[in-house]
Amino acid sequence: MTQATQHKEPLLRIVKRDGIARPKAYAIRLIAVLLSLVVCGIFIYAITKLNPVQVYEAIFDGAFGTNRRSWVTIRDAMMLLCIGVGLAPAFKMKFWNIGAEGQILIGGVVTAGIMKAYGSALPTPALLVVMALASILCGCLWGVIPAVFKSVWNTNETLFTLMMNYVAIQITSYCVALWENPVGSNSVGIINQMTAYGHFPKLFGQTYGLNVLLVLLLTVGMYIYLKYSKQGYEIAVVGDSENTARYAGINVKKVTIRTMAISGAICGIAGFIEVAGVSHTISTNTAGGRGFTAIIVAWLAQFNTFVMILISFLLVFLQQGAIQIATQFNLNDYASEIITGIILFFILSSEFFINYRVILRNRKGADGK
Amino acid sequence: MKKFLALLLTLAMALSLAACGGQEEAPAQDGGDASGDEAQEVSVKVGLICVHDQNSGYDVAHIDGLTAACQNLGIDPTDTNQVVFKYNVNEDQSCYDAAVDLAEQGCDIIFSDSYGHQPYMLQAAREYEDITFVACTGDQAAVSGLANFKNIFPYTYESRYVSGVVAGMKLKELMDAGTVTDPKVGYVGAYPYAEVVCGYTAFLLGIQSVVPEAYMEVQYTNSWFDLAGEAEAANILMANGCVIIGQHADSTGAPSAVQEALEKGTVAYSVGYNIDMLSVAPDAALTSAQNNWSVLYQATLEKFIAGEEIPADYATGYADGAVMISALGESCAEGTQEAVDAAWAGIKDGSLKVFDTSKFTVGGQTVTEYEVNFSIIDFATGDVVFEGPTENVIADGAFQESVYRSAPYFDLRIDGITELNNN
Repeated sequence: MTQATQHKEPLLRIVKRDGIARPKAYAIRLIAVLLSLVVCGIFIYAITKLNPVQVYEAIFDGAFGTNRRSWVTIRDAMMLLCIGVGLAPAFKMKFWNIGAEGQILIGGVVTAGIMKAYGSALPTPALLVVMALASILCGCLWGVIPAVFKSVWNTNETLFTLMMNYVAIQITSYCVALWENPVGSNSVGIINQMTAYGHFPKLFGQTYGLNVLLVLLLTVGMYIYLKYSKQGYEIAVVGDSENTARYAGINVKKVTIRTMAISGAICGIAGFIEVAGVSHTISTNTAGGRGFTAIIVAWLAQFNTFVMILISFLLVFLQQGAIQIATQFNLNDYASEIITGIILFFILSSEFFINYRVILRNRKGADGK
Repeated sequence: MKKFLALLLTLAMALSLAACGGQEEAPAQDGGDASGDEAQEVSVKVGLICVHDQNSGYDVAHIDGLTAACQNLGIDPTDTNQVVFKYNVNEDQSCYDAAVDLAEQGCDIIFSDSYGHQPYMLQAAREYEDITFVACTGDQAAVSGLANFKNIFPYTYESRYVSGVVAGMKLKELMDAGTVTDPKVGYVGAYPYAEVVCGYTAFLLGIQSVVPEAYMEVQYTNSWFDLAGEAEAANILMANGCVIIGQHADSTGAPSAVQEALEKGTVAYSVGYNIDMLSVAPDAALTSAQNNWSVLYQATLEKFIAGEEIPADYATGYADGAVMISALGESCAEGTQEAVDAAWAGIKDGSLKVFDTSKFTVGGQTVTEYEVNFSIIDFATGDVVFEGPTENVIADGAFQESVYRSAPYFDLRIDGITELNNN
C-alpha cells in the first residue's frame, strides 16, 4: 500500500459529511436557488433577449400580482401540499407509492358521482361529509391493494401502484363517458353549476378557505403523527431497515398496509378537495400529474410536512409565473418549464452538497483520513 | 393621465361621430378618423383563451383569426394592453381562473376557443356582468339566459362538403383507372359528438356528390389532439381498405400516416382539417377543410365596439368567407378546381344544400321531420339545466344546420356510415 501514498492526491475529493448544522444546510440551499436564478437569467437573455429581472417580476406578478392570483396560487399549493402530505408516510417507509395519481382520481370520481346523484337529495354539509368519507374509503382501497400484495406476495409496489393509476384512469374515462354532456363531447362540465349543490361553501369569506383549513389540519396532523406517534416511529424504522424492524418486533406487514391505507386515504381526500372544492368536475386530467409532482415535494422536504408547505408554494409559484410570462412576453409555456427545470435541478443538486463536501487538493485543514 | 387621455379621446370620438352623423359621410373626415382609431385602441381590450398553443392547428386558426380581426379594426394584437392571449389553458378550473384573470386585467370582451371551456366561461360571465364572454363552438349561450354570454361557430360543414368533393374527384379518378374498385372512405373522428357527426356526414355527402356509391367507416380517437392515436386510427382504416382518410382531429397524425403508407405502396389519400397538410404529406394530402375564424371574430368585435347587441349565437359560412379549403395538393384529380368552384358557387347562391334530405337516408327512410331539443339536459340525472325550445330542424328539403343554434346539432347517423368504435 506504499504505492498508494505516493499517488498524487486527486484534485477534488468528495467526502460524506457526518452532519451539518441547520443554518449551513439552508445557506447551501439558498445559494443554490440564487445560482439557479443567475443561470436562468443567462438562459432567458440568450434565448429571448429579454431582461431577466423583468421576467422574474412577471413571474411574481403572475403568482401574487392580484388578490385573486394569490388565491389561485394558495389553492394550487394547498392541493399539491395535500398530496405531498399523503405521500410522506409511504415514502418515509420506503414504499414507492407512484399511485397517488390514481388515488386522487378514484377519490375524485366517487365525489363527482355522489355530487351528481345525491346533489338535490341531501343538504350540502351532509353531502360534503358523505363525499369525504367515500373518497377516503376509495383512496384507502387504492392504497391498500398494492400494500397487501406487497406484504403477502412481495410484489413490486412501484409497478403495482403505477398500474393502479391506469385502472383509475380507465374507470374515470368510463364515468366521463357515462356522465358527459352533451353526448360524445367527453366533457362532464361543472356539476350542479346552477345550484352549487355539494360545492365547498365559503369559509371566512374566502372561496378556498375550507381547502386551506382542511389541508393545514392534515399537514399538522401528519407532522405530529410521523414525529411523535409510535406508529410514526414504526414507519421510520421500517423505512430504514426492514430487518431491524422485524428484529425489534415490529409487524412489517401490518405497518405497510396501515401506512398505505393512510397514504391512499389522504390522496383520496385530495381528490375530494379538488372536485368539491376547486373544479366541480371530473376528467382524466383531474389529478393532472400532481400525484407525481408531489413526490418531489415529499422528498425535497424530507417528509417534514412544514417544509412541504414551502416547496409546494415554490413549485406552484413557478407554475403560475410561467403562465404569466407566456402571456406577457409571448413566450411559449415551455420556456418557463425550462426555467422551472433549471431551478429544480439546482435545488436537487444542493442536497448533494449538504450530504457531501468537496475537498480541494493541497487544502490545509481538510481533515480527510 | 392615460385614463384621462383615453376619456378625452373617447369624448372626441363620440362628438365627432355625432357630428358626422349629421353630415352623413362619417369616414370622409381625416381628423375624425384618426381620433376614432386611437380611441378604439385604448377603449377595447380583448382576451383569448386557447386550449393549446401555436403547435396546434386548431389554435393557430383562432390566434391568427383574432390577430387578423384586430388588425382590421385598428387594434394592435402585439400590444398586451389591447389583446391578451392565454395559451395551454385546460378545460377545467384553470379556464375559469384565466377568464377571471383577464377580466381583472381589464379585458372588455373575452373569447375562449374550445368547447370544454364553456362551463367555466359561463361561470365567469355570471360574475362579471359588464364583460362580454364568447365561448367559441359553445352551445349554451342562447338558453343560458345571460346577456353577456355568446357563442360563435362557422359553417364548417360547408368546407367539409367541398373537401369531400375534392376527395370524391380523386376517388372517381382512381376507380376510372381501375386502381380502386371498392369506394370505401375512412374518417378519423375525435369524439362521437354532434360537431364531429355533422362534419363527417357533410364530408361523405360531398364525396357522394361525385361517387354516389361511396361509403364510410369512422374511427374515433377520443381526443381532440393525439398525434399517435390519429395515426393509429388512420392505419386501422387503411388496413380496412379505405382509400380516402378524412379527419376531425387537430393533429397531423393521420396525414403523416397516410403519406407513409402511400410511399410504401398503399393507395390512400388524406383530407386534413384546420391547416394545410402538404408540409407533412406532400403526396398524400389533397386539401384541408378550414375555418376562417377572423370573419367571426371581426363581426363580433365590430358589433361590440359599436355598442350594438351581439346575438347570442352567431354562425356564418362561405358567403361571408368564414370557411374555405386549403390549396389543392398535386395529387388531386384533373378537373377538381372546377368541381370545387361549382360547389362553392352552389353553396353561395343557395342552390346547393349540404344536408339536402333527398341526398341521404336514415334507416332506409328519407328524413322529413327531426325534432331537436335545445335544452341543456344532464343525461346522468335527467335534470334540465337550461330550458330551451324544441324545433323541427328539417325545412325546405334540407336539415337546417347551425341555424337554430350556432353549434352543430346534426347527430343523425345516415346510411352508408359505420362507426367502428363508438363506446
